[in-house]
Amino acid sequence: MKKLLILGAGTAGTMMLNKLSNVLDKNEWQITIVDQHETHYYQPGFLFIPFGIYKRKDVIKPKRDFFPSEANVIVSEIEKIEPKENRVILKDSKVLSYDILIIATGAQIKPEETEGLKGELWHKNVFDFYTIEGACALSNFFKHWEGGKLVLNITEMPIKCPVAPLEFVFLADSYFTERGMRDKVEIHFVTPLPGAFTKPKASSILGDFLDKKNIKLTTDFSIARVDNEQKKIISWDEREVDFDVLVTIPTNMGNEVMARSGMGNELNFVPTDKQTLRSLEYENIFVIGDATDLPSSKAGSVAHFQAEILFENILSVIEGREPKEKFDGHANCFIESGFGKGILIDFNYDTEPLPGKFPLPGIGPFSLLEETKMNHYGKVMFRWMYWNFLLKGIELPIESQMSMAGKRM
Amino acid sequence: MAVKEYAGKMVELDADGNLAKRTDWNEDVAKALAVEEGIPELNDRRWLVINYMRKEFEAKGDAPSIRKLTKESGVDTKELYTLFPGGPAKKAARIAGLPKPKGCI
Repeated sequence: MKKLLILGAGTAGTMMLNKLSNVLDKNEWQITIVDQHETHYYQPGFLFIPFGIYKRKDVIKPKRDFFPSEANVIVSEIEKIEPKENRVILKDSKVLSYDILIIATGAQIKPEETEGLKGELWHKNVFDFYTIEGACALSNFFKHWEGGKLVLNITEMPIKCPVAPLEFVFLADSYFTERGMRDKVEIHFVTPLPGAFTKPKASSILGDFLDKKNIKLTTDFSIARVDNEQKKIISWDEREVDFDVLVTIPTNMGNEVMARSGMGNELNFVPTDKQTLRSLEYENIFVIGDATDLPSSKAGSVAHFQAEILFENILSVIEGREPKEKFDGHANCFIESGFGKGILIDFNYDTEPLPGKFPLPGIGPFSLLEETKMNHYGKVMFRWMYWNFLLKGIELPIESQMSMAGKRM
Repeated sequence: MAVKEYAGKMVELDADGNLAKRTDWNEDVAKALAVEEGIPELNDRRWLVINYMRKEFEAKGDAPSIRKLTKESGVDTKELYTLFPGGPAKKAARIAGLPKPKGCI
């Protein structure tokens, strides 16, 4: 009996488990998945919690709801991977050997990486919204806040869902307007990037949205520390920004297992072939989702497109062929822009987000890089698709490779 | 493709204004690029960073991120920002004759 082991049962790991369980011969392959948590979080939903649009119950479900009934599931922390021995050591010293390993251990926020960030104001006036705890604490804070300086700061790239910080300030603009107190709130977007977003054309269009919504933009700001007493953030080149409430996107890092196993880069992300998703060091190890060091966005849609490629490549390797399917860096992101509207972007490694219609050229129903109500419905509908199709590995009507059809140069 | 003169040498620049061909680089070109970046003099600490970046690029095919720089070059983040004000990774890469770091997504 051969063994396929999946580390991590988040979006990427769960999709791979479902896809592979459907096709691998149960007399030949035993598939095992390991994760330390029993709850699956719909992470894209965290963004809506601070504004009271979603509650905790809207973004959680038991992981077991998404596993095939015959799946071999182990709930445990992972101590170490020993890639040269083809085995994984669990927290309780149990040893799991494998023929093929899929690493899907994701990325986590590390506020400890920035001086003073996890100081006395943490979850009092300084919040993250990339954890359920942070998002809920911020929701409680906003309910009673009377206004002041709201600063959103990105610590450093890469981060999960690079559009989420923009969505946050767009939604804040909408939320405080609807509460009749927008004139009492100064919204300030402070980023280490040279513009509102990572890709030039989208950056300029999204920058215009910030302007239109009266959101102040400070670029090229690399945070060095937080002054908890004076309530300000200070950059490495000693620029200062005052806040009454700081919403931070802390440094994102891969799982510490990678550091313990000597398999990660300086951020604990695993060096991965950007096309085949195979580990650059070990032939029988594959990496998917946020755990990779790929220059693609860290997002569920990306993990979904990768899953289709990786599925084909794993089947090839099992049959003794070389992995030949190639991931193109495809990402597809609905950006909530407030007031019941949204913006959609679709891009890959080589093509930056362009305007046009999606997925049907000239028809849509979604509009790329434009603010429409239909784009917002797309985002709302996505949660339903996520729980009911995506995690279960059922095909969605979107190609894994990006298409130029419908895009305007 | 733009062509510009540095230290008496005509060199090609890429879309970001960085050297298009690494073979065009030499220490005098580096000094001229540094002046353009607002750095009048390349001292030992700056050369340490520049040489580290060139070595990394040689090995990995991409210029290192600031985090990697500080972890491995022995120069901490604060000093990096003093040595290359405004954007250490980007500026040091340009002076080192390398393309802009891919780093961000």
